[in-house]
Amino acid sequence: MDRIVRSRIRVEGIVQGVGFRPFVHGVAIRHGLSGTVANDGSGVFIEVEGPPEAVTALIEAVRRNPPELAVVDRVSVEPVSPTGAGDFRIVQSVTCGSRRAQVSPDAATCDDCLAELFDPADRRYRYPFVNCTNCGPRFTIITSVPYDRAATTMRAFAMCTACEAEYRDPGDRRFHAQPVCCPGCGPKLTLHTSDGTVLAGDPVAEAAALLGSGSVLAVKGLGGHHLAVDAADEKAVAALRARKHRGDKAFAVMAPDLAAVRELCELDGAASGVVAALTGPRRPIVLLPRRPGCPIAASVAPGNRDLGVLLPYTPLHHLLARELGRPYVLTSGNLSGEPIAHRDEDARRLAADAFLTHDRPIHTGLDDSVVRIFRDTEVPVRRARGHAPAPIALPWAFPRPVLACGAQLKSTFCLAKGSHAVVSQHLGDLENYATMQAFAGGVVHFRRLFGIEPEVVVHDLHPEYLSTKYALTLDGLQPLGVQHHHAHIASCLADNGESGPVVGIALDGTGYGTDGTIWGGELLVADLAGFERAGYLEPVPMPGGVTAIRQPWRMAAAFLHRAFGPGSFDDLGVVRRNQDRWPAVAALLVNGPAGPVTSSAGRLFDAVAALLGVRDTVTYDGQAAVELEQRADPGVRGGYPVTVAGTVVRTTELIRAVVGDLRRGEAPEAIAARFHHGLAAAVVTAAARVAAATGLEVAALSGGVFCNTLLLGAVVDGLRRHGLRVLLHRRVPCNDGGISLGQAAVAGARDRASA
Amino acid sequence: LAHGSGGKATRNLIDAIFLEAFRNPLLAPLEDGATLALGSSRAVFTTDAFVVSPLFFPGGDIGDLAVNGTVNDLAVCGARPLYLSAGFILEEGFPIGDLRRIVASMAAAAEMAGVSIVTGDTKVVQRGKADGCYVTTAGVGVVDRPATLSISAAQPGDAVIVSGPIGEHGVAIMLARGELGIEADTLSDTAPLNGLVADLLDTLPTQVRTLRDATRGGVATVLNEVATASGVTVVMDEESVPVRPEVTGVCELLGIDPLYVACEGRLVAVVDGEHAERAVDIMRSHPAGAEAAIIGWVGEDPPGLVLLRTAFGGTRIVDMLVGDPLPRIC
Ligand SMILES: [Fe+3]
Ligand SMILES: [Mg+2]
Ligand SMILES: [Zn+2]
Ligand SMILES: [Zn+2]
Repeated sequence: MDRIVRSRIRVEGIVQGVGFRPFVHGVAIRHGLSGTVANDGSGVFIEVEGPPEAVTALIEAVRRNPPELAVVDRVSVEPVSPTGAGDFRIVQSVTCGSRRAQVSPDAATCDDCLAELFDPADRRYRYPFVNCTNCGPRFTIITSVPYDRAATTMRAFAMCTACEAEYRDPGDRRFHAQPVCCPGCGPKLTLHTSDGTVLAGDPVAEAAALLGSGSVLAVKGLGGHHLAVDAADEKAVAALRARKHRGDKAFAVMAPDLAAVRELCELDGAASGVVAALTGPRRPIVLLPRRPGCPIAASVAPGNRDLGVLLPYTPLHHLLARELGRPYVLTSGNLSGEPIAHRDEDARRLAADAFLTHDRPIHTGLDDSVVRIFRDTEVPVRRARGHAPAPIALPWAFPRPVLACGAQLKSTFCLAKGSHAVVSQHLGDLENYATMQAFAGGVVHFRRLFGIEPEVVVHDLHPEYLSTKYALTLDGLQPLGVQHHHAHIASCLADNGESGPVVGIALDGTGYGTDGTIWGGELLVADLAGFERAGYLEPVPMPGGVTAIRQPWRMAAAFLHRAFGPGSFDDLGVVRRNQDRWPAVAALLVNGPAGPVTSSAGRLFDAVAALLGVRDTVTYDGQAAVELEQRADPGVRGGYPVTVAGTVVRTTELIRAVVGDLRRGEAPEAIAARFHHGLAAAVVTAAARVAAATGLEVAALSGGVFCNTLLLGAVVDGLRRHGLRVLLHRRVPCNDGGISLGQAAVAGARDRASA
Repeated sequence: LAHGSGGKATRNLIDAIFLEAFRNPLLAPLEDGATLALGSSRAVFTTDAFVVSPLFFPGGDIGDLAVNGTVNDLAVCGARPLYLSAGFILEEGFPIGDLRRIVASMAAAAEMAGVSIVTGDTKVVQRGKADGCYVTTAGVGVVDRPATLSISAAQPGDAVIVSGPIGEHGVAIMLARGELGIEADTLSDTAPLNGLVADLLDTLPTQVRTLRDATRGGVATVLNEVATASGVTVVMDEESVPVRPEVTGVCELLGIDPLYVACEGRLVAVVDGEHAERAVDIMRSHPAGAEAAIIGWVGEDPPGLVLLRTAFGGTRIVDMLVGDPLPRIC
């Protein structure tokens, strides 16, 4: 006589909107189990009844082989009394109760859907909204939880009989796929001109023709509207730059397929990580070395050896790419400094000649993610589509729920509860009002989606950050200030699921120090709860404060003054190029006000970039440092010697060496390389000394300057030669986009320490 | 030091120390002066202390600055300034010639503003205990028209007007300190505004909602106070804010925003939108307002914020600074 058992199973993690219930249904049917499965506010709730081995098999399948897009964090099982046989059904979602269900990120069109898209016999042939449980829009269309069609912007589209049949068929790939639709019942594509006139004909074919003839096209994608132009058309790319008021920052290029990417960029060698990054369901923009003779207009990425490329991630992108047959620029549609335009009314303000758009609303604006490749591994630069809002599981618990407000530029926020941290998508510069609105609105949206009611609010120590000011307006939450670079190192620790203590190396732009000066080249002995400043780059003034960040030549003046005293540098190009303003800035350095004092590594890169004639002024954050890295000769391995005096890295010696070589007529490429290697060696020496003094064996690397992979590689190798284990960012960026995670981790650690 | 810069730190200091200790209904609104009932008439009473360095600067000195500052505080409260007091704290050894110069310029400024300095006091402190000369003033003015002016009276639809180019006093002072190594002929804008205010209020007595002289913290700080007190948003248009190129140049050199730089002879007026053009015309026909301009508008949402529409069509938050501005880009 077979024994019959019944179990209540609760599954938590990213389990909604990823085909989890159909998957459970399939397993249950295969094992002849009866019962129900439903979404609720905390995840997926299953009741199964049948032979013990069959119930165990289902639990194992849930744990070990969940659907591709699912992330199972916890499975809890509770035995209950059997109620008698029956069938297995998917039942209505339960909306009451707590809302800890996790919302999954948007996923690129899967191979099955892609095959349908280009199959003339399929009823969704060339339908730009084809999707299934394995792919399609998620986070961008969710208005509330639990994840159901009624809680998405697909609410307005009633399924036709054919779609409904697929939706209800447990054996179908579209079983309970919330955005399921077809040409008969779903969203519709239109192409219209800037005055709203709808253009006749097939919208995709007409749009591709417009691109081919040099027009600027707005394309409504997953997380917002992009602007597109033919990437080979110099005139069109230049026009796009002018209309967007975009300085020199590179545009991303969407290539039709992997073969097309190979024509643009170097993909040779052990590049399996590159291919995985390009073709995976997240589809970020991947920064790759450009091939010589790559058929891309010069003004796509001026002054940049790299190119940001991505593969199509929506059916519409695929259709457009195939129709055009060559790469096109795809850049966020926004006004300079504003977030990506995701509402139709915002998109109308875009300076496009035509609009390829549709009637499925986007609820949450979301930029494309950006990654770099470091030693065949993806390193996040901007974490957005495909990643956000996937929670980051941590090996410790937050005693109280936390809201961390991040930094100012490249802002993100983080909500943490239990053993998870949810980091928002990249939002941008909070000084922009629309970005600040997206930030404040995002906090409300995430609180609801994830059911996190924070009790602690973390902010940077910088009193003028708008995130700090926002944090301090929240009533009833306990505020906690965390130093910027401690947050950077804590972010790297949390990213790796570690708690320290470590030797933290934060090479960064600028951040508010505990002494009121601007830090940015810091060695910290840190764990999650606290830190000590164990070393730093030689401080110099920033003449003209914020202007010195926008005008790297001023940092050259500051470092020259510091390195040589008030001498004459008239033979240097940087002085000649800026001679009309040089005396005024020199006078500031001699008589004051010389500006805030900084130990920033980013500003040191700025100074060297200006000295070498790479760049005197910047149009985007970190531009001089990026271009200096690109200028460096990869064949030059030697570095300038730098003294580490006590805890201070004498960076002025680097400046003297750079100027010496410059005066001797050395090539800027060689000087740039020697600078990188010299700084890396000095930082490694200083870190090794701290490690020796403290007995620490692990180093954690963070701060925006580590986006520079030449420097990163040299520092990593040096630290390893000293026997140190090195922690790098993997899930959140090393730049200020990762600050909020670090802040939350610090708050959790302080809570645990005081418990 | 940040506590004196006119931003949020100053406001916090005032709230924590002074409002707490002196708590009374006349002080609480924190206008530039207190309006008092004296018998059947109403008067405004204000006081100020001046610690400028250097004492003499292009376009003025601590003397006329003290008179104009007090006159302007009375004027923007809707009063006709009448009488001033003057107190001097002198450092031992302060040159008598300098004192004569200061006093003479006070007399001239008083004459120009049509007020009398009717009482005073002088103290001498030891060498090193003061920076040459400090001046304190008090002023009384009479309110002879129905006053509705208030920092909390701005309404959606109102226009925001500035009476002339901004930031000149602050920049003139920075240049006069002689450290910048640049030559620029920027004069302080120090001037009495009571005539201009009288013209404005004679014609538009109830249409003018708020008047403020944009001293410490500049136009940005005044507008933040208006937005907070009135529960409105203020949207400025970057291209319409009058700033002289020399001021822009010095501000760029030092990395500061002219919107936060002090003026001593400029006022910010919030005026019923329907009468904004008229208000500008009235200001422009007075010498102190020759370059008056509408710089923005009052809106409803979000309350308490000041925004700046930039030349590229973006919208930047112009917030109340907490202290000395430090770079916040990473
Ligand atoms: Fe940073
Ligand atoms: Mg005053
Ligand atoms: Zn699919
Ligand atoms: Zn359908």
